[in-house]
Amino acid sequence: MPLLEIRNLSVEFPTARGVFRAVDGLEMTLDAGEILGVVGESGSGKSVTMLAVMGLIPYPGRVRADVMRFDGTDLLGLSPRQRRSLVGKDIAMVFQEPMTSLNPCYTVGWQIGESLRAHNAVPKSAVRDRVIELFRQVGIPAPETRLRAFPHQLSGGMNQRVMIAMAISCNPRLLIADEPTTALDVTIQKQILDLLISLQRERGMALALITHDMGVVAETAHRVQVMYAGQMVEEQRTDALFAAPRHPYTAALLDALPERAVGHARLPTIPGTVPGIDDRPAGCLFNPRCRFTTERCVAEPPPLAGPAGARARCHYPLDAPVAVTA
Amino acid sequence: MTDAVLMEARDLRRHYAVGGGMFGKRGTVRAVDGVSFTLGAGDTLAIVGESGCGKSTLARMATLMEPPTEGELLIDGAPTANADAQERRKLRLSVQMVFQNPYGSLNPRKTVGAILEEPLIINKRGDHAARVAAVRAMMAKVGLREDQYGRYPHMFSGGQRQRIAIARALMLNPRVVVADEPVSALDVSIQAQVLNLLMDLQDEFRLAYLFISHDLSVVRHIAREVLVMYCGRPVEHGAKEAIFAQPRHPYTRVLLAATPSADRRARPVAEPVRGEPPSPLAPPPGCAFASRCPHATDRCTAERPELREVDGQRVACHHAEAIG
Repeated sequence: MPLLEIRNLSVEFPTARGVFRAVDGLEMTLDAGEILGVVGESGSGKSVTMLAVMGLIPYPGRVRADVMRFDGTDLLGLSPRQRRSLVGKDIAMVFQEPMTSLNPCYTVGWQIGESLRAHNAVPKSAVRDRVIELFRQVGIPAPETRLRAFPHQLSGGMNQRVMIAMAISCNPRLLIADEPTTALDVTIQKQILDLLISLQRERGMALALITHDMGVVAETAHRVQVMYAGQMVEEQRTDALFAAPRHPYTAALLDALPERAVGHARLPTIPGTVPGIDDRPAGCLFNPRCRFTTERCVAEPPPLAGPAGARARCHYPLDAPVAVTA
Repeated sequence: MTDAVLMEARDLRRHYAVGGGMFGKRGTVRAVDGVSFTLGAGDTLAIVGESGCGKSTLARMATLMEPPTEGELLIDGAPTANADAQERRKLRLSVQMVFQNPYGSLNPRKTVGAILEEPLIINKRGDHAARVAAVRAMMAKVGLREDQYGRYPHMFSGGQRQRIAIARALMLNPRVVVADEPVSALDVSIQAQVLNLLMDLQDEFRLAYLFISHDLSVVRHIAREVLVMYCGRPVEHGAKEAIFAQPRHPYTRVLLAATPSADRRARPVAEPVRGEPPSPLAPPPGCAFASRCPHATDRCTAERPELREVDGQRVACHHAEAIG
């Protein structure tokens, strides 16, 4: 049984101009000890999906799913009290901007201790020692003094380490990292990614890594889901996805990477922009920007099809999936 | 491609006095400390480095928004330091800037047409009809539709806003464009469109770009020359091909190794990265990178390496020969 199982998830927000479906028919499974990369451009619904898992979609947003289970527990049927005992303990999240996600009025040591106290993870007298131990694990030097620092006294990289320490404080089995390195410099980004991977290995956690950076996914994830306009359009093992993408959107995204360009030539681009709230087309959501669009694409939304673990939401996937060598 | 030198920086420095208030000690931040370069028509010089390395301060000096503390900036061979107000106005015409965040750099209360016309009004170019014609022509050049003339910035996506910002920078026919992280706020598919536009415009107007970026894959695509900065000082400067093929400075190597790549095999072997950049208030006496450098020796912590020529590249490292 997978640790996290989601089938046909939709998240809707009523707006003045009608109901906006931010996530539509999403499927996701995640096993213990696995790193899943979720990639997509801004507005593709990747963060909203994870907020739905955490139960953090605010009113009047509506979350529906055929199945949304964590380790056998139905996440949609939880009472608020049950949810609070699960979230922050077994499922934890690292947010994008450490500078705005931490409370500026409390020391970082206190903020990490807060989740330990809330979940009674350790006896009260041991909270301080546990926080120091967590600081060591995430590589913060001089933990005894840094404990008393406020977020503004630390750098972005250090604050992100604090966020990670907070997330892993109760030994979660699923860690969701939403763009954990986007606000950081590349050398610090490398340190944070290495830290997340080593923690994931040591603890056998499942890690869902949300990012818009194809390079980050290629180097960390075992499996990748690509999202576009609220839908999952492709899933594959990482090496297979980068070698032979099946959905035209994935292929076009990879082609647009400057690092894949030859010489000083112009980059292949995807015309147009991601459809917003008003201009979602009929049929396949990618059809106005796709090179291979036919009448069928405009008329009929494609289902997720293909072999398990290598499905694509396209009437004409680019090729048969290549043999996977682990 | 290089002919006349459009912009030349000679040992530019910009220092800021900080502190001295009720709390803390008085100090000096050397935001930019000794940067030299030349830029010719049709050239692209990329300034690369992490946050706090001084790249944006350098951009502010290049666009004459801030005078250098020391050093000289020449535009078209003319020194800018002693120019009077009228001369500075004229010099500013030839250097324009594109900012990082297209959501913050466009006035939300003006239409696209008004935004693009403004530089012409300020500089008293032509009558209204001529200005509107010039705006429409520029909109077509950067790929904006004519019916978008009367729209406001919030009605556009990030990529289109960056097109507007680029169009605004080009209204006065500058010869040098300083672009401060012009694509880092954009999604991949949009980033490619804007990079292509910048390259097309460069070919058409023989623009010189001072392209500031932290993204090495973008720099590798667009630049001809690369200058890597660390803590306000240049650490490596040379042709793009040379720097990417054989980086000589340990910091350049670390940057290259830390940049994630979609093609895992294409990446250089990772060198360890430790720690964070030192505080700009109290830079170490020797090489600023020594505390994080895998090759550091006693000499590095004691004596600051100056930029020197090694095989056609300019490197500020005592051990450049051994490393390359």
